Amino acid sequence: MQQSAEFAELRRSFRSFAFPLTIAFVAWYLLYVLLSNYAGGFMGTELFGNINVAFVFGIAQFVTTFLIAWWYSRHAAAKLDPKAEAIKSRMEGGA
Amino acid sequence: MSPAQTVLAAELAANEASEHRPLIITLFAVFVLATLGITVWAGRQTKDAADFYAGGRSFSAFQNGLAVSGDYMSAASFLGIAGAIALFGYDGFLYSIGFLVAWLVALLLVAEPLRNSGRYTMGDVLAYRMRQRPVRTAAGTSTIVVSIFYLLAQMAGAGILVSLLLGITSDAGKILIVALVGILMIVYVSIGGMKGTTWVQMVKAVLLIGGTILITFLVLLKFDFNISDLLGTAAEKSGHGAAFLEPGLQYGTDGTTKLDFISLGIALVLGTAGLPHILIRFYTVPNAKAARKSVNWAIGIIGAFYLMTIALGFGAAALVGPKEITESNASGNTAAPLLALHVGGVDSAWGAILLATISAVAFATILAVVAGLTLASSSSFAHDIYANVIRKGQATEKEEMRAARWATVFIGIVSIALGALARDLNVAGLVALAFAVAASANLPTILYSLFWKRFTTQGALWSIYGGLLVAVGLVLFSPVVSGDPKAMFPDVDFAWFPLRNPGIISIPFGFFMGWLGTVLSKEEPDKAKYAELEVRSLTGTGAH
Repeated sequence: MQQSAEFAELRRSFRSFAFPLTIAFVAWYLLYVLLSNYAGGFMGTELFGNINVAFVFGIAQFVTTFLIAWWYSRHAAAKLDPKAEAIKSRMEGGA
Repeated sequence: MSPAQTVLAAELAANEASEHRPLIITLFAVFVLATLGITVWAGRQTKDAADFYAGGRSFSAFQNGLAVSGDYMSAASFLGIAGAIALFGYDGFLYSIGFLVAWLVALLLVAEPLRNSGRYTMGDVLAYRMRQRPVRTAAGTSTIVVSIFYLLAQMAGAGILVSLLLGITSDAGKILIVALVGILMIVYVSIGGMKGTTWVQMVKAVLLIGGTILITFLVLLKFDFNISDLLGTAAEKSGHGAAFLEPGLQYGTDGTTKLDFISLGIALVLGTAGLPHILIRFYTVPNAKAARKSVNWAIGIIGAFYLMTIALGFGAAALVGPKEITESNASGNTAAPLLALHVGGVDSAWGAILLATISAVAFATILAVVAGLTLASSSSFAHDIYANVIRKGQATEKEEMRAARWATVFIGIVSIALGALARDLNVAGLVALAFAVAASANLPTILYSLFWKRFTTQGALWSIYGGLLVAVGLVLFSPVVSGDPKAMFPDVDFAWFPLRNPGIISIPFGFFMGWLGTVLSKEEPDKAKYAELEVRSLTGTGAH
């Protein structure tokens, strides 16, 4: 089964989504950590009232986390679950 | 702080709480009795190993999401982060962000394959296509080490909290409290198993979120819901001005502290998906889809909670002030309960009730987390080490469960002893160390096992033991243990490693050793077993 085209397709649609996205959010998070460390002036720029760039950046990390979780779940429900279930029911039916 | 000053500060705080002691004790007692009731009820329903280890796999995605949140939001999150923000402003907020973003690693890469391919423990997944005995021994060892680091932090939190609230300042009194927490967690886990622990964690999550929403609302009310005003007042009261709202107050001093900040940031984001007590929670739901949904619930609940730490931390800086906070506890661990007192009114009954409620919530938080940690380590001992290594898979389910219960008692006693020693340490910092160890020893092996065809037993062993030894070793020779006034042993100095968090070295090292061990190993990877694991982890075919 692992060699089949059907499984290869499932593996590809999981990996090609989850791996780049993982690299992207880790990079985005590291950018935040590095800017906090080495770009104090930029992060301290006040945008409105006492709200500065650092604060907005922090909140943006929350927002992107929520969005990525939602996006992955939508991808999984639409692209991964049907394929996984088809393979599973065939294998367990055949066994 | 000199010992004389510490006693004085503790007395000050204790006086504040002393009038309300009966109320606080009553609330503590209500929570303890209610959770013991749940435990006994759950214990009656725990019949086989799947019940004990995985709560019968019968929890819904929402229930598990709530329990995951309850398992994850520890004393470090509630007491530690609020304190870190109150004292160091923006730098404390990094904990909140790292602790949350970390969940994406669990969601995208770990939760579903783990649920599909394992049975009861993290070791199940690692041992799937490897030689059972050595890999399970390694997985069990690192599970127990990570959990004990984490337990220490919770025990220290309990000691601090109770000494604040009950005016117990003597060492004997604090040790007694640590022992009480230890005994309670032994009872929860050995009788209630995963079912009891899960319900305790769900109740705790509701209490913690409820309490946090209440305090957040009251803080914002004081500032007419103007966050800019709240931040401005916090900055002004902190004595640091605008710098309080910018990164760098705690970690921006020099090149070393900046490196420490990066090290901490990496450990936080990569640690979560390697924490055994979090991983075993995914076995309590029926299938991988439910595991995914429970992570989504957890991200929602935990995210909302960490957003509110902004109000807790900056609120404490603005309304309590750094002087009172550091007088009560030098690391800021009591900022949240003090904030509750202040938003209610220092000399009013309402303030007293809020202080008592928030303290009871913090106590509940600690109990639920220590129960989860104890369960993770005793499960791993019984299932990985006893059943599969010592008895070579010949133990009956009954014997395995008996071993798990005895392991619970043993781990409980060990953590009481260590907790008594660590009672004055910084809570959030200790938890960050547990994250670093988990990210160095567990995460590389989990990811390689699931996604790398060539990975071998030798690779798994090198990455677990390598990551574990380097992470723990660097902590041992860091300023956390010696050579610093706040260290575990302040009077000696063998701290040649300058960073407080080892992650920046130990995590890449764990990944590197996994690779090196694999390319240097003489044995061929078990290709058929990997094919089986891959199909199973992605489709759930044959999953328990």
